[in-house]
Amino acid sequence: MSTIIKPKSRLPEFVNPHPVKLQTPSYLTAERGVWSWVFTLDHKRIGVMYLVGILTSFLMGGVMALLVRTELLTPGRTIMDADTYNHMFTLHGAIMTFLFIIPSIPAALGNFVLPLMCGAKDVAFPRMNLASFYLWVFGAVFLVAAMGLNGLDTGWTFYTPYSTTTNSSVISATMGVFILGFSSIFTGINFIATVHTMRPKGMTWFRMPLFLWSLYATAIIQVLATPVLGITLLLLIAERVAGIGIFDPALGGDPVLYQHFFWFYSHPAVYIMILPAMGIISELISAFSRTRIFGYRFLCYSSVAIALLGFLVWGHHMFTSESAMAAVIFSALTFSVSIPSGIKIFNWLATLYKGSISLTTPMCFALSFIVLFAFGGLTGLFLGALATDVHLHDTYFVVAHFHYVMMGGTLMAFIGGLFYWWPKMFGRMYNEFWGRTSCLVIFIGFNWTFFPQFLLGTRGMPRRYYNYQPEFQGLHVVSTIGAFVLGVGLMICAAVLIHSLFRGRKAPPNPWGVATMEWQTTSPPPVHNFEHTPDVTDPYDLEDFELIEDTGNYERGRSKSSVAEAAL
Amino acid sequence: MIAEAAAAAAHSSSRFRAHHFETAQQQYAAAKLGMWLFLVTEVLFFGGLFVAYAVFRTLHPEAFVNSAELLDTRLGAINTVVLLFSSLTMAWAVRCSQLGQQRGLILCLSLTLIAACLFLGIKGIEYSHKWHEGHLWASQYAAGEASAAGVFDRAGTFFSIYFAMTGLHAIHILAGMGAIGWVLKRSLRGDFGPNYFTPVDTVGLYWHLVDLVWIFLFPLLYLIG
Repeated sequence: MSTIIKPKSRLPEFVNPHPVKLQTPSYLTAERGVWSWVFTLDHKRIGVMYLVGILTSFLMGGVMALLVRTELLTPGRTIMDADTYNHMFTLHGAIMTFLFIIPSIPAALGNFVLPLMCGAKDVAFPRMNLASFYLWVFGAVFLVAAMGLNGLDTGWTFYTPYSTTTNSSVISATMGVFILGFSSIFTGINFIATVHTMRPKGMTWFRMPLFLWSLYATAIIQVLATPVLGITLLLLIAERVAGIGIFDPALGGDPVLYQHFFWFYSHPAVYIMILPAMGIISELISAFSRTRIFGYRFLCYSSVAIALLGFLVWGHHMFTSESAMAAVIFSALTFSVSIPSGIKIFNWLATLYKGSISLTTPMCFALSFIVLFAFGGLTGLFLGALATDVHLHDTYFVVAHFHYVMMGGTLMAFIGGLFYWWPKMFGRMYNEFWGRTSCLVIFIGFNWTFFPQFLLGTRGMPRRYYNYQPEFQGLHVVSTIGAFVLGVGLMICAAVLIHSLFRGRKAPPNPWGVATMEWQTTSPPPVHNFEHTPDVTDPYDLEDFELIEDTGNYERGRSKSSVAEAAL
Repeated sequence: MIAEAAAAAAHSSSRFRAHHFETAQQQYAAAKLGMWLFLVTEVLFFGGLFVAYAVFRTLHPEAFVNSAELLDTRLGAINTVVLLFSSLTMAWAVRCSQLGQQRGLILCLSLTLIAACLFLGIKGIEYSHKWHEGHLWASQYAAGEASAAGVFDRAGTFFSIYFAMTGLHAIHILAGMGAIGWVLKRSLRGDFGPNYFTPVDTVGLYWHLVDLVWIFLFPLLYLIG
């Protein structure tokens, strides 16, 4: 295991009766200069680079969302013409999906945390990890280049036959998504291999933290689903370039086949987006209720169940273009996914019950997640039911539903996780008051934006439309104002985190009193993660931690930790 | 069996062990698992094309049967033998590296590369025949006259799938040649032996998958007439 590096004291011992414990430099300061980042193989630095990249994408996608909402203030033209509007919502969707949400938790937070949680020095394939990041960068360049070329107006789903006939830059964008897919596959392969081969002795499958379980389940989907998107997009490019007649009806192709191919990836991809978020929530709820997570094994199995069931439901995106028999089967399978999701929600609630809840910033985001995800999940049932879907499909109800799941779910968990691991990543504590305030503003702004869209949808407002009937205007105005409140909330959140980097109190190794292994090393960790071989303990045994007031650190009570070690 | 025993024998002192692995055995296990996972993604990648094949063949069985007769079964069969031979030499190369037989390793890898070139050469001849006969993908089938007239020949759909599948397979052959070339270069440097043969082993796995895809392509495209 890692060697214990004993720093040489610079002063003779008799002069210095209380030797200052010199720490090995952290991963942030061990090497300096741009090249030390560009060619780094350190999973922590790659995670940080991913973090910068995806947050930049998030900003870009967010600005586009605000422009789209501003345009929708009035029917007809407000600030942009109809074509620009089509480009704008397409790129908003494509950027948010492929550049932000899919890599957000696995590639940024997961990359940083997964080896630390395993007590390992790095992921199994560090060079492939770096390659994954650069593939992400190239993919992003191709996707965003579409904006500078002829734009992109197909919607993020690239449905044929429109995508084979439009003049916009479909090839550049789909090439970008194809490359991004490989980036995602590389992350997935790396995580599965790491979890299988790099766990320390004593960490059996059922002593793994739940975040690892969720990343593992996510990686399974990334590996199994993404290649199908890859081949689909290659065929779409070939269709556009050469006219191969697989999807183009004018040449004898089948456009619905494209939809089947696309959703065979993109529905499981929804679970690539939400599963790691659920893993974060399991960690946060347990940590800040100061109790053992309720129903650990059920949470493990439900992650894997969601990953597998997610492959069987893609047909619910084509209820109106497939046979009645297929629609009934896909509807039933869709309902089955709600079972493991429900198990998770009830387990979190049971963990909260009689817990000693502290409303830290990450916990506020975790509680927001539970509320918003429950809304998103329950409204999904309306869309999974055939009769109501006929009324609601392709309306703002769908838009509101997936924003509640993707943004209210994944984004909330991502920000919660970011606040949770921020002290570990950068060694600084942030201002709790303003952190909580940002959560409150985001929660209010989010509901303000998207709840009216449920109402708009049930009243028949179709999604993606530039123009609308005057009676919809009131709710559109409400939603747009909410979007700006949401934007302010996110800005406060960004300000809190950036402020902490410069003015934050130094973070202790274990500011939350949590038993998973990443909290056993310094904040931020050294290059090889651990100065001392970490103890493999029960990740949810939180009882014997004591807060040391003057450092803000939690330390194990002496009596019990020695018992835990003896037990191993 | 030999692989596991040899990997177990490999010491943590191996000079190719990366710092983050505790033992060479752990590194070997991770690399092998990583390659198997990659092969799973390859199966799904080709899987999309096999599904497209199944859908269109189910819808238009007669077009597929008639079009398949336009393919040169003899050249396809020769290519199948060539690839099977290359899989044999690749497997043999893995064994040579495990036993530390340097000359055998280099010979086997070279033979594999030559077989791959031969395969692509024969494939090129087939493609040029198709090009001259106008048996191309849907929009260009029979010089695109049919689709220009607003009707389409279903044979074009068959040839679209034929070119998509064999073309993607050929790209994989090229990637495999690059990988085998890299392993050959390292073999000439004497990197491999009983203590360390992971790259030969993993590249071998990839090569067998590429071979296996062709084993499915040959009957599905050439032998349905």
